[in-house]
Amino acid sequence: MTEPLLSIRGVKASYGHVAALKGVDLDVSEGEIVTLIGANGAGKSTLMMTVFGKPRAHAGQIIYSGEDITRRPTHLIARMRIAQAPEGRRIFARMSVYENLQMGAAVNPDADFEQNLEHVLGLFPRLAQRLHQRGGTLSGGEQQMLAIARALMGKPRLLLLDEPSLGLAPLIAQQIFDIIHELNARDRLTVFLVEQNAYHALKLAHRGYVMVNGLITMAGSGRDLLERPEVKAAYLEGGRH
Amino acid sequence: MEVFVQQLINGLTLGSIYGLIAIGYTMVFGIIGMVNFAHGDVFMVSTFIALVTLLIVTTWIGISSVVIALFIVLVVAMTLTSLVNWAIERLAYRPLRGSFRLAPLISAIGMSIFLSNFVQVAQGPRNKSVPPLVQGEFILMDGGVYQVTLSYKQLIVWAVTAILLAAFWYVVSRTALGRSQRACEQDQKMAALLGVDVDRTISITFVMGAALAAVAGTMYLMYYGVVNFNDGFVPGVKAFTAAVLGGIGSLPGAVIGGLLIGLIETMWSAYFSIDYKDVAAFAILAVTLIFLPQGILGRPDVEKV
Repeated sequence: MTEPLLSIRGVKASYGHVAALKGVDLDVSEGEIVTLIGANGAGKSTLMMTVFGKPRAHAGQIIYSGEDITRRPTHLIARMRIAQAPEGRRIFARMSVYENLQMGAAVNPDADFEQNLEHVLGLFPRLAQRLHQRGGTLSGGEQQMLAIARALMGKPRLLLLDEPSLGLAPLIAQQIFDIIHELNARDRLTVFLVEQNAYHALKLAHRGYVMVNGLITMAGSGRDLLERPEVKAAYLEGGRH
Repeated sequence: MEVFVQQLINGLTLGSIYGLIAIGYTMVFGIIGMVNFAHGDVFMVSTFIALVTLLIVTTWIGISSVVIALFIVLVVAMTLTSLVNWAIERLAYRPLRGSFRLAPLISAIGMSIFLSNFVQVAQGPRNKSVPPLVQGEFILMDGGVYQVTLSYKQLIVWAVTAILLAAFWYVVSRTALGRSQRACEQDQKMAALLGVDVDRTISITFVMGAALAAVAGTMYLMYYGVVNFNDGFVPGVKAFTAAVLGGIGSLPGAVIGGLLIGLIETMWSAYFSIDYKDVAAFAILAVTLIFLPQGILGRPDVEKV
C-alpha cells in the first residue's frame, strides 16, 4: 500500500481553552474523494483549517506528500498545491470575479493561467458571465462556485471543500456534487470534503469518516457508512436528502 | 478673482503634499486596521534625509544641475525613508500583532515621540533651511494690482505628485503585488490560504507608504526651504484628517481628502484669518466624523456575506 497523500495523526487543536480537536486520525489517498460528516460544532471546519496551521495543531502530526507540514507557515503549505474552498466561502468581495481567480492562480506560478481559466469557466459557465463583476455582488450559489473555481486555479493536487452545498438550492448543490465527481473521475483530483448534507456527500465519496465532538467515531467506505444504522439515525433522518 | 485663482494654485500644491502623506495612513489602516501615528514623523524624517542628501549632493559632490540634484535627493530620500519605516514595522508593530487592539497604537505614539526627539537631538531644535533651489514663475493673470503666478516649484510639486501617484495606482490596481495587498486588506486568513505571505505584504505596504511620504518630504523641503524636527506633527495630523475626510482605507479618497484640506486651509487663510487656518482644518475633521463618518469615498460597512 502506498503512502496516503494527506495523513493526519493524533491531531489536537483548540481555540483558547476550548479543545476543538481531541486527537484526530484521518487519511486521504491520492485520487480519492474522502467525506467527513458530523454535526455542527463537531470540529470539521477546524480540522480543515488545522491542515493549514490556522489554528495550529498543538499535538500530533500532519503529513502531506511525505513531508511534515504541522509547523509550516500557512502560505507555504498553500504553495504545496493544497487548496481550500473554506467555510463561509471567503471570496474577496471588493475584487472582481477575474481578480479572485487571479488570486487563486498566484499560488502556483507554474500553472498556465489562460488554460486553467478556460477550464474553470467551462465548469462554471455562470462565472464567465460575471467575470468583471465584483465578488460581493454575486448570489450565494455563484459565490460558492467562485470559491471552488478560485481553489482550482492553482491546479491543486488536494482540494479541501468545506460544506460546498451549504445554503444552496438542491439543484445547484447537485450540480456542484456532479462537478466534484467529474474533477475526481476525469482529472484524478484528490478531494477531501466536509459536509452536513451527508447523503449526497457519502454517495459521492470513496471513503467517509464521522466526527463527533472533536473525535473520529466511525470510518468506512461511503456506501458502508450510508448503510449503518447509527449514521442513518444521526445524519440521514429528518428528510435532509 | 485673482486672489481666488492664486489660492487655488497654492491650495492644490499644499494638498498634493497632504495627499501623498495621507496615502500612508490610509494604506496601513486598510491592511492592519491601525492608525500609524508615527507616519507624520516618518514624513519629517524624510525631510531631514532630503536635506542632508541635498547638502551632500550639492556641496560635497558638487552637482550643480538642480534637476539632477533633486532627482538624486528624491531617490535617496525614498529609499532611506522606506528602510526606516520597514524597520519601525518590524521592531515596533509586528511583535504586537495579535495583541490587544490598542497595543500597536500606543507603540506608534511611542515611535512618533522617539523619531521627533531623535531628530531634535541629532539635528538640533532650530529651523534648518536650504537656499531656494528653483526660482522663477509663470504669470498667469495680471490684474494690475495683483498678479496670479504659478511658480516652477509648484509645477514640480504637481508633476512629481501626479507621476508617482500614477505609478503607485498602477502597482496597487494592476499588479500581482497590489492584488495581494488588497487581498490582505479584505481577508488576511484567506490570503494566506492562497499562498500570500501576509507579513511580507504588510512590510511592503509600510515601505510604499514611506516612499510616498518621502516624496512629500522632498517636495516640502524644496517648496518651503525650511524644516524643523517638529514638522511631523501638524502636517501628519492634517494628512490623517485628509485620509478620514476622503474615507479611510480608500486610496483615491486620500488624494481627494488631501487636496480638499489643502484648499480649505489656503482659502481660509485668504478670506478669513490665517491664525485660524489650523482650526478650520481640524473643524473639518470633527464635522466629517459627525456627519460623514465613512468619509467621501469610504465604503459603508454593510457587505453581502
